[in-house]
Amino acid sequence: MSEDILIAARDLSVHYPLSKKSLFGPRQVVKACEGVNLDIAKGSFWGLVGESGSGKTTLGRACLKAAPITRGSVKYSDEDVSFDLTLIDKDDLKEYRKRSQLIFQDPYAALSPRMTVRDIIAEPLEVMGMTKTREETDERVREIAAKCRLNLEHLRRFPHAFSGGQRQRISIARALVSRPHFVVADESVAALDVSIQADVLNLLKDIQKEMGLTFLFISHDLSVVAHVCDHVAVMYLGRLVESAPTRELFAAPRHPYTKALLSAIPSLDPDDSGKAQKLEGEIPSPTNPPPGCKFQTRCPEAVDICRKDEPKLEHSSKGHEVACHRWQELMG
Amino acid sequence: MTRLIDVSNLTLQFDTDEGRITAVDDVSFTLEAGEVMGLVGESGSGKSVTAKALMKLNASNAHYGPDTKITLHLESGPVDIMSLKTSKDLQVVRGGAISMIFQEPMASFAPAITIGDQMVEQLLIHTDMNAKRAREVSIEMLDRVGISDAATRFRQYAFELSGGMRQRAMIAMALSTSPKLLIADEPTTALDVTIQAQVIDLMKDLVSDFGMGIIFITHDLGVIAQTADKVAVMYLGRLVEQGQVRDVIRNPGHPYTKGLIDALPQLDDLDQPLTPIPGDIPSPLERPPGCVFNTRCSANLGAICSSEIPVFHPVSDGHQVACHLYREGNAK
Repeated sequence: MSEDILIAARDLSVHYPLSKKSLFGPRQVVKACEGVNLDIAKGSFWGLVGESGSGKTTLGRACLKAAPITRGSVKYSDEDVSFDLTLIDKDDLKEYRKRSQLIFQDPYAALSPRMTVRDIIAEPLEVMGMTKTREETDERVREIAAKCRLNLEHLRRFPHAFSGGQRQRISIARALVSRPHFVVADESVAALDVSIQADVLNLLKDIQKEMGLTFLFISHDLSVVAHVCDHVAVMYLGRLVESAPTRELFAAPRHPYTKALLSAIPSLDPDDSGKAQKLEGEIPSPTNPPPGCKFQTRCPEAVDICRKDEPKLEHSSKGHEVACHRWQELMG
Repeated sequence: MTRLIDVSNLTLQFDTDEGRITAVDDVSFTLEAGEVMGLVGESGSGKSVTAKALMKLNASNAHYGPDTKITLHLESGPVDIMSLKTSKDLQVVRGGAISMIFQEPMASFAPAITIGDQMVEQLLIHTDMNAKRAREVSIEMLDRVGISDAATRFRQYAFELSGGMRQRAMIAMALSTSPKLLIADEPTTALDVTIQAQVIDLMKDLVSDFGMGIIFITHDLGVIAQTADKVAVMYLGRLVEQGQVRDVIRNPGHPYTKGLIDALPQLDDLDQPLTPIPGDIPSPLERPPGCVFNTRCSANLGAICSSEIPVFHPVSDGHQVACHLYREGNAK
């Protein structure tokens, strides 16, 4: 494994068993995430997109050891330590919790209404015992609050006094106060208005550069991902179907699903409506995925082989991987 | 084209524990039959409250201003909505002449009553159909909005349908009484992009088939560009700009509209930095004096903006902007 990879997943699968319908019936399993390989480079802003039900949140949580890993492995390695998340023991897991953090989607639900902003931001430090004295804690809190453009007066107030954008900045401050190396941002701007969304995205990007963080940025919004991420992976029904540097992906998408996703974004030009390549139907249920390529039921290009064999991720060019039987044919 | 609805000087206040707040302030617009009007703005701008006012559907603590006049033009003659007092009188418009599609389709269907029973119920209330005919019409409508196997779906409950399917059923239900005006409140916001594209297509088809007027509420300018004929931009309860969709999106006049467009991540230019609108939308309890946008405006002219409420100035045919920049003598 090369030096500069922070998170490396190999054949990562997360299965959730469903309760049995009858005593002797087979136990159904939701394969939320199946056979995923990924390498997240240090200091990158790594995007993960897909529709709801594609397994992007599960994959993000598996990288934080917050979802049960059924098969495969996830390895974390920074300058000082490396952990294999499938074999990690309790003490190492505590250490990993300091180095990895999660920023949630809904800034209204993620903050306790009974705690002041100062206490909310300080809580991770206290829980993880990272600071010795109250003064030290306060200093860390003030430092990160300033980075997240919150002023000192804000720290004394309760979350209800803040708007959505400000609350999201508080959530970000809380996630970053333990100085993590790896941050998973799960739909962190989806609940915000466009005018505020741009502000929070710029903030995340600035902080990432300044603190040298590695981000896994999960979103359903391709245009947001296009603007902040260096590398984008597309997920469909638990599988990665395409993964490439951002510019490459948006300039030359290879997988029919990526193409369809791109063309489904409503254009700001009122006269530009004809080009959209519309997908029929909806994402199938993960309890009963179709055989072969998981996308074949909706794919406009599907042929016989797609209904039988599941395609593997293969390199189409440097850093660009695609899982489709026909990508070469379709290029022409 | 024939005039469908006239709204003039709509002002709406709510009594709350913290005092009386102004949600809609002096809003006027008109809509023709067969026309789609987009109503855009951030959360808290008063879009939904405005739309609900057309059916007097707001909570009992709502106070309508004395100059408010809403006239709905039906074949049987004009209806003065403000003069309708009892819910029996209002039944003519609520669900009859005006139907509404809500944002969250799961929350809009009763969970313990089948889709079919809910559709039939409203037909029995609003039309003189008998139960058998109402059932036929409902199944026809479900089929019309692209739900396969409509007769089976008719007998199912909302939880048995997927998100996109539920939104289609919602649309079918809203249209089955043949309303003259359809209010769609963020109908695609909860949907994935690929499903959103399907629903937008469906709505476009329905306008051309049924010839009704639509008020389409959304915060997504891309969706507006693809569906609406004209657009009205709202901020903190006031209309700040309105006009044909091409004029407003290509030549936005109001600094707020410009800000909204600049904040939108665009796929065709990834190098362009995201420009947020500075600050947050003020609380309705602290409405700024003068122009409501003056606290966040990049083109603030000083004293006049914080003291005088701007009136609408025409910039081109049918395109008008409420901003002091366009006053006479203030060449743009």
